[in-house]
Amino acid sequence: MIQPALELRDVVKFYGDYTVLDGVSFQVHKGETKIVIGASGSGKSTILKLIMGLEKPDGGRIFVQGRDITDLNESDLTEVRQKLGMVFQESALFDSLTVRENVGYRLYEAGLDDDEVESRVRESLGFVDLADAIDKYPAELSGGMKRRVALARALISNPDIILYDEPTAGLDPVTSRKINELIIALRDLKGVTGVFVTHRMRDAFTLATEYAVNGDGRIRFYREGQDLCIANTRFVMLRDGKIVFEGPDEILRRSDDPYVKRFLA
Amino acid sequence: MHAMPFSPRSAVKEVQDVVYLAANSFIRAFRRPYYVRDILVQMELIGVGSLSVVILTGFFTGAVLTLQSSSSLAQFGATDLTGRLVAISLVRELGPVLASLMVAGRVGSGMASELGSMLVTEQINAMRALGTDPVKKLVVPRVMATTTMLPVLTIVTDAVGIFGGLFVAVQILRLNSTQYLSSAWDGLVYMDLFGGLLKPVVFGATVALIGCHCGLRTYGGTQGVGRSTTQAVVAASILILVFNLLLTRVILAYT
Repeated sequence: MIQPALELRDVVKFYGDYTVLDGVSFQVHKGETKIVIGASGSGKSTILKLIMGLEKPDGGRIFVQGRDITDLNESDLTEVRQKLGMVFQESALFDSLTVRENVGYRLYEAGLDDDEVESRVRESLGFVDLADAIDKYPAELSGGMKRRVALARALISNPDIILYDEPTAGLDPVTSRKINELIIALRDLKGVTGVFVTHRMRDAFTLATEYAVNGDGRIRFYREGQDLCIANTRFVMLRDGKIVFEGPDEILRRSDDPYVKRFLA
Repeated sequence: MHAMPFSPRSAVKEVQDVVYLAANSFIRAFRRPYYVRDILVQMELIGVGSLSVVILTGFFTGAVLTLQSSSSLAQFGATDLTGRLVAISLVRELGPVLASLMVAGRVGSGMASELGSMLVTEQINAMRALGTDPVKKLVVPRVMATTTMLPVLTIVTDAVGIFGGLFVAVQILRLNSTQYLSSAWDGLVYMDLFGGLLKPVVFGATVALIGCHCGLRTYGGTQGVGRSTTQAVVAASILILVFNLLLTRVILAYT
């Protein structure tokens, strides 16, 4: 059996008396993007924080590339986090640092010399199409630009797995589209494993039905046919801390579950 | 917003957290990476930034102290001891305490609000996600900078205070400047200087640790940042006064 990139096994999490996650189990395979959907407060973002080791589960185990991270301390987690990138909900850029310093943060911390950092920052910013913003501060950027910088920051160390916490929340459709395309390109062209948390079905279906192809030095996006299932994306739907649906978009659309139907409507 | 209910248990937890943070910062201060740049930036922010506040505090404290003590001493015909009394009060107590209280208000509050804002905007989590230990990157430089700069600021306060006293003594009270200064100089012993510099080291660590602790336990969004800032100043100021009493007792016991 191929080892999954990520695995949650019967994970339980409480905030005080409130049960956020109540026995959640799923696997994310290498190169796959898992879309976690659910209403606000259903524990979607908590899953990402648990995978990143920012919070500890109250029960169950979490595996990252086969390694059990549940009981690791902060310094061992640092090692695991090298393989992971995360795009936070509100971007979470360091507002005292420039875009260059934000994107290159990891590399500066690793003690790389300035020229090397500079070229990799430019490469990463080029991917999100923001090379001009390199000397700006986060406060000078629009919401969509901040998300793209956050994406560039997560990308810089070429992580195997990227966690996206509602990266399109509060953005206009055009900017959302741009972010979604970047995520599709990462999945299909760079083989990045992803976990994409959202409550916006439109973005979720974009990710689930489109795929990227690199042709003539230009990235093109195609929509998969009615009965084809090319896009390497699976859904997990949460309700009150439990998984109510797991599978590809084709099955999700045909689901008879009343809650799922109401959510899709 | 619900307020956190006060209970002996939560108070003990709070103390435990601060002690834990202190121990953690101490251990991490000796481990790579050292973040020398961050330490220097904080030293400038805290040291140079607090200079004007501390100079004003020192001057007016020294001045008013001279007025008060010379009028008291005049009853015993001992105005020639004014310098001595002013110097001892400043170096032993008022310099360290007032400089620290000023820095608590200026710097401790700043730390709490900065780290608190970083926490509520998930920058602290982002930092951890990027593989940096926030205690090492944010807390250690602040504690080290405050602990080293506060003694320097105290020396400035003491010196400006004695000068402020001299100004009042000569200009208003028409005392002899040489007599004031030599009496001030003669009044001080080495233990005064040692005690007067040990205190700001302890107070500096207190201000920075409390400021960082309050910032890092912020909850409840922007409103929480305001609350943390207030708590940091109040807690740090009271602890300075409490530690001052304890330290004075210890220092006097060994004099």
